[in-house]
Amino acid sequence: MTVRLTIDGRQVEAQEGEDLLTACTNAGVEVPHFCWHRAMGSIGACRLCAVKVRRHEADPGTIEMACMIPVADGQHIDIADPEAAAFRGHVIEWLMRNHPHDCAVCEEGGDCRLQDMTIASGHHLRRAGPDKRIHRNQYLGPLITHEMNRCIACYRCTRFYRGVAGGRDLDVFGAHDRVYFGRAEDGVLESPFAGNLAEICPTGVFNDRGWSKVYARPWDMLETPSVCPHCAVGCNIGLSVRANRLRRVISRSHPAINADFLCDRGRYGPLFIEGPSALKAARHHGHAVPLRTALDQAQEAIAVSAALGGAIGIGSPRASLEANYALRRLVGPEHFFAGLDAAEVALHRRLAAHLANASIASLADIAAADAILVLGEDLTGTAPMAALAVRQASRAAERALAAEKHVPAFLDNAVRVAGEGRRAPLVLVTPVPDALDAIATHPLRRAPADIAGFGHAIAAALAGKRADPDASAAAAALAAASAPVIIAGAGLGDPAVLDAAAAIATALNPRARLALFPAEANSLGLALLGGEGLEAAADVPGRGAVVVLENDLHSRCDPATIARLFADRAVIALDCVETATTAIAHTVVPVASFADAAGTCINHEGRAQRTIAARPDSAPAAWRVLAAFGGGAEAGLDDLQVALARDCPQFAAIAAAAPAASYRTPSGRIARAPARFSGRTASDSAGGDAAPPRDPDSPFSWTMEGGALPAELFQGVRILAAAALPPPAQAPAIGGAGLILIPLHDPFSVSETDRASTILAARAPGPQLRLHPADAARLKLAEGAIVSVEGRTVPLVLDKHIPIGHAGLTTRRTTPRRLMPEGSK
Amino acid sequence: MIGTLKSLWAVGLKLFAPTQTQGYPEVKPALAPRYRGRIILSRDPDGQERCVACNLCAVVCPVDCIEVVKAETVEGRWYPETFRINFARCIFCGLCEEACPTAAIQLTPDFELADYARSSLVYDKPDLLIAGKGKYPGYRYWDVAGKTAPPNTDPKDLAP
Ligand code: SF4
Ligand code: SF4
Ligand code: SF4
Ligand code: SF4
Ligand code: FES
Repeated sequence: MTVRLTIDGRQVEAQEGEDLLTACTNAGVEVPHFCWHRAMGSIGACRLCAVKVRRHEADPGTIEMACMIPVADGQHIDIADPEAAAFRGHVIEWLMRNHPHDCAVCEEGGDCRLQDMTIASGHHLRRAGPDKRIHRNQYLGPLITHEMNRCIACYRCTRFYRGVAGGRDLDVFGAHDRVYFGRAEDGVLESPFAGNLAEICPTGVFNDRGWSKVYARPWDMLETPSVCPHCAVGCNIGLSVRANRLRRVISRSHPAINADFLCDRGRYGPLFIEGPSALKAARHHGHAVPLRTALDQAQEAIAVSAALGGAIGIGSPRASLEANYALRRLVGPEHFFAGLDAAEVALHRRLAAHLANASIASLADIAAADAILVLGEDLTGTAPMAALAVRQASRAAERALAAEKHVPAFLDNAVRVAGEGRRAPLVLVTPVPDALDAIATHPLRRAPADIAGFGHAIAAALAGKRADPDASAAAAALAAASAPVIIAGAGLGDPAVLDAAAAIATALNPRARLALFPAEANSLGLALLGGEGLEAAADVPGRGAVVVLENDLHSRCDPATIARLFADRAVIALDCVETATTAIAHTVVPVASFADAAGTCINHEGRAQRTIAARPDSAPAAWRVLAAFGGGAEAGLDDLQVALARDCPQFAAIAAAAPAASYRTPSGRIARAPARFSGRTASDSAGGDAAPPRDPDSPFSWTMEGGALPAELFQGVRILAAAALPPPAQAPAIGGAGLILIPLHDPFSVSETDRASTILAARAPGPQLRLHPADAARLKLAEGAIVSVEGRTVPLVLDKHIPIGHAGLTTRRTTPRRLMPEGSK
Repeated sequence: MIGTLKSLWAVGLKLFAPTQTQGYPEVKPALAPRYRGRIILSRDPDGQERCVACNLCAVVCPVDCIEVVKAETVEGRWYPETFRINFARCIFCGLCEEACPTAAIQLTPDFELADYARSSLVYDKPDLLIAGKGKYPGYRYWDVAGKTAPPNTDPKDLAP
């Protein structure tokens, strides 16, 4: 129901049940505030949102906290009322009483809510002396800085960290004017979402430690919209660059994906392009050569391959769709391979087919669900932001109970109390304990091989058949829900789990939505493009060159397959980081990473999203290099997409993911630099300078010339069309001796690019092998022993939660298989 | 005729007027300390570099000719890793000095900056940093930043 309000003399409509602050914000009127946050509601801690509220025209009115009172028909809200403005001015003065005078040395400066609000309130003269309340700061780990003296006690940090992200180790201590937000003692913040503190804290208490090391003021950086390349969720990010250096990653709001937050992998992972293992120089036979030489050598090797059976192209789920396509066009579809082992190729094809026929859940749909089944997926490790969405959904029951008690939904704390900790049904079926266990109503453990069976039992129970009690309970919870979401993914490498999840979603039709998470950022794009597994590539006869695109094959298949594939062939590796594959390639060509090249990735919902080059000076885009090898003369991304749509009609829609390079705002190109960008003329010598570079692949300028970013044009486009489901995949045979693999996923480190980010690597625990103590005793291995498994050496951790006969291993290749761990010296 | 004589008279009178011309460069002009000429970076009373690389001078500069890059000492004190002013661009407006919260950047009465090469007008930190305190002898930003605990603080008060 809508109600009519008058805000500063203007008639607006609002939804009943909203608070005044939300209503004003939706009407485009800014009310000063600190503690209110659209993702976290109101708690009334800061008292800055004071406005004059009159119940009717003639009412003299009272001062109210806009975030704490509901809208009502006929209300008059005066934000500019002198009494209200004076009240807000006093609030600011109180807050500034204990606030240090250190904007000059505060990373927040220039993008600080407190700074803005202080200036807006007109408080520019202090009446109090320089003595302040002083706190000791804590060490909170490698990601976040802490400067407690700047706190204004808005409680946003704890509300996010505990309430939204489910963390336990950040809290508020003390009383009255000495409240302290931190940990009980110094130590690394445990949550994989801790990086968001830097963004939600309205002051400079928590800041991004990585940015602090290579700091530039917010008004001094080029901002480019991009898409996180670190998992299949495809969160929208903003990349901040100055002097050709990536300094910071921030979250960019996408209504269906990441509205307000980012996981730490997405926030700190992209900094791999500045890390020590970023690939910068070309090599030929181990010697550094100019890029031109490497390109010529590679082109010649590909040219002579025609007589040797043709060149082979190995694609990658890390590379953009355009790069994979350019490679496929170069070597021909029959010589293009997916860069995964055969089982993972089949897995992702099956996943794509299920998604094409399902009603797909976006992250926003997951957060709005009232019952969730997670089948086999360690979401916090494989798709962290999806886990955050699940946490929001689990509060649905709490909200419903609070609503029954007539507690307004916007009063966040009151809802939590009135909700009595009720949790919406969350059925969590995983092989090992999971980070979401604490909020799951049905935390269930099954061995990897039994998870698909359990899923099918739920589907059977939904169809009215008899099933085991756990499955029946899960089925009952899902059947009672009005918007259930079924979640599975590639995390266990088992296509049968995907079939089971799809079967449950079908059984719940039409209410249920399905979310299936592929392993990597562009796994889905690669699956839709086609290409067989690496085993098939190794079987190709001939001695033509093999071109490996942005892929470390050593993490994809066993060493024997790589040896067979590379035998007698010239190996050309195109990559943006050093990997075990670039180390053995004959010709190494540095190419642009996702942050330096325009390209398209297809996320878990089948949404094509565009990345755009963020640094003016970098290696060439892989697709440009590959198109040039084949004599393709595409001038920019748009032309390549035309060719792509012609050759692969399933991708015809991707051009709509973002505006073409020819797009112009009313003021010309889209400006990357803010209007107040400083230092432009510090080094120039009056006229002797080159013109600024041009970006041929996007409508962005590299300067402050141009218009504002039209955010609504950069939301991507869903491209999946209903497709015939291939016959059920063969359950991969995992006979033989050894322990059955349980792939372990780490929220901080999955791929070679995650590990190449120095700051993320400092946070991530290293790879490990986890065994049940009984298995370890049988193998005569002790806790902490260095174990060799699949040619890697990893430390052993004993864990009684690992089912006997299984081994948990941090690995990227999830294909079900058996491991034979051995002690190594 | 009359007009010409009047002009000659007026000009001739100047022969007896006191002379204004100064023998620059042999005679240096006396300029007020507030004269806005060559820019320097000063030091605190304790000899430390005053500039904290806050970038306020860079952002206020109307011709954008200042570039400051922040770095941090192990104690967490900010300082400029590099500091560059392009005097080929500077218009000596003094806004940078006004914006500086630490009194680090100051304009001095030295205006003799002419050079034959534009590149020699690009001054870096070693060219800018002086040994003294400049126009603001007693001032130390860190004393008024409100970040150091007063001597009588109970240490229990500092931690959670
Ligand atoms: S938090 Fe904001 S107001 Fe406080 S010192 Fe930092 S920039 Fe200034
Ligand atoms: S630390 Fe920041 S977010 Fe937390 S209460 Fe203080 S000002 Fe608010
Ligand atoms: S005096 Fe004016 S123009 Fe010169 S550096 Fe300072 S702010 Fe810029
Ligand atoms: S304003 Fe002052 S302290 Fe800040 S960067 Fe400039 S010179 Fe340094
Ligand atoms: S926003 Fe209303 S009290 Fe803080």
